[in-house]
Amino acid sequence: MSYRDNPLGELRVPLTWTAGIVFIVVLITSVAVLLSDRREAFDTDDYGRPRTLSDKVMAPVGDALSTPGRLTGQGVDGVKGYFFAVSENRRLRADLKEMQQWRDVAIALRDTNERYRAALGLKTDPPIPMASARIVTDSRGPFANSRLANAGSEAGVKPGNPVMSENGLVGRVVGVTEGVSRVLLLTDVASRTPVMIDRTNSRAILTGDGGPNPKLEYLRGQDPVRNGDRVLTSGDGGVFPRGLPVGIAVKGLDNRWRVVLASDKAAVDIVRILLFQDFTQVANRAGLEKVQVPLPTPGASTLPPPAPVATLPAAVAATPAARHPPPAPTGAPREQ
Amino acid sequence: MSNSGAQPLSPWRWLGVPLVQVVVATFVFAIPLRFWGLSLPEPLFALPVVFAWAVIRPSMLAPVGVMIMGVYLDLLWGSPLGLWAVCLLLPYGLVLGGRAMLAGQSRLIMWAWFCAATALALGAGYLFTMLDAQNAPDPISVGWQFLATIVLYPFADRLIDLFEDADVRFR
Repeated sequence: MSYRDNPLGELRVPLTWTAGIVFIVVLITSVAVLLSDRREAFDTDDYGRPRTLSDKVMAPVGDALSTPGRLTGQGVDGVKGYFFAVSENRRLRADLKEMQQWRDVAIALRDTNERYRAALGLKTDPPIPMASARIVTDSRGPFANSRLANAGSEAGVKPGNPVMSENGLVGRVVGVTEGVSRVLLLTDVASRTPVMIDRTNSRAILTGDGGPNPKLEYLRGQDPVRNGDRVLTSGDGGVFPRGLPVGIAVKGLDNRWRVVLASDKAAVDIVRILLFQDFTQVANRAGLEKVQVPLPTPGASTLPPPAPVATLPAAVAATPAARHPPPAPTGAPREQ
Repeated sequence: MSNSGAQPLSPWRWLGVPLVQVVVATFVFAIPLRFWGLSLPEPLFALPVVFAWAVIRPSMLAPVGVMIMGVYLDLLWGSPLGLWAVCLLLPYGLVLGGRAMLAGQSRLIMWAWFCAATALALGAGYLFTMLDAQNAPDPISVGWQFLATIVLYPFADRLIDLFEDADVRFR
């Protein structure tokens, strides 16, 4: 019997059309899913049940698959350490000699710092608790740069927590479930991080683009940055604490300022998740709203009386506010 | 004359097995390993399979398989859900539409078509990411992923060779 005589041969046109219709339906469904997705949301509920579920499944698989590679790396490091012990020892001695000088400087600076804090009555930031985690999967494509870390809600991790390697800032947590959290890297195209240039205190927004060196955008001031300047988190906006090392500023091939990330110095396998909460997160908003603010008295001054200049510390007197005292309230009687 | 061409082509053989292979290969390449300070490349293992499925024959299950692979990539890589599903379905549609032109073409021409399909997938990803993140992705990174993907054409070629003639209704 010829194949054309087979009744199934007649199915060609309907099957082709049906396949086309299924393709269009699937494409429309995919576009609808894409349009309804909110990846960058901080709220776990918005992060999505499918994502939390898949992260929960993928983390242990990734951990198991990466174990042979990790153990091999540790073995290679051990062998290297054995064969290069003499040169390593020489280098460490030189480092130690230099560090001892820095230790003396650090002790002197700490002492000065403590005296200034006591004199000014500054309320310093409390120490930030941390959770350690191992990276189990890693995506490095142009459209998404994220990693899964094997510590989650059971370790107190929350969306928005900063993530650091031993060398510098890596990114922030964007999704958490039990036993696993997803870390959005600084290089991700959706990542925006408020940073400052250590030398000039200039502010900028570190913007990822999927490449290895994120851009510095919205730089302010004249000549705010030079090649080799250190870049730190500014703490603006409250997502990151101030002063975390980010990297070094360099001029890119596209003539834009970019940052060579400090975390790229070595493989990021173990990370520290800072369980950082900004004051806007820890403040009892309900309690603050309950406080009754007294209405201002008509005609009375709303400014506090000026403090005597003699009792002010020298540092405060040098601030712009102290150099330019506020003008007298218009409602107050003037001296003739 | 052999009668094997008249055997119905089992969806598990030409759709299921390659799909599982893509899932495994992509996961293995997502492991955080470095060799001499360099990370593994991140090619689109799904694209050779998508290309081959469209060339082999029209199917009702293939678009669903493409969507499943796309959603899997989004969940694994952390991209917006639906991004890779759309980016893979577009080249699938292109190749499916141009099936008649692809019939009987040389390996080199097929490779050129595969490059065009890869460019379409990554171009769509570039556009959607730019709209979603209000920020243009790095073209050099896109170029690296393009290069890492087009070298995978032999996998598509092998899949086409295995199943192109398996169902003579769609020759």
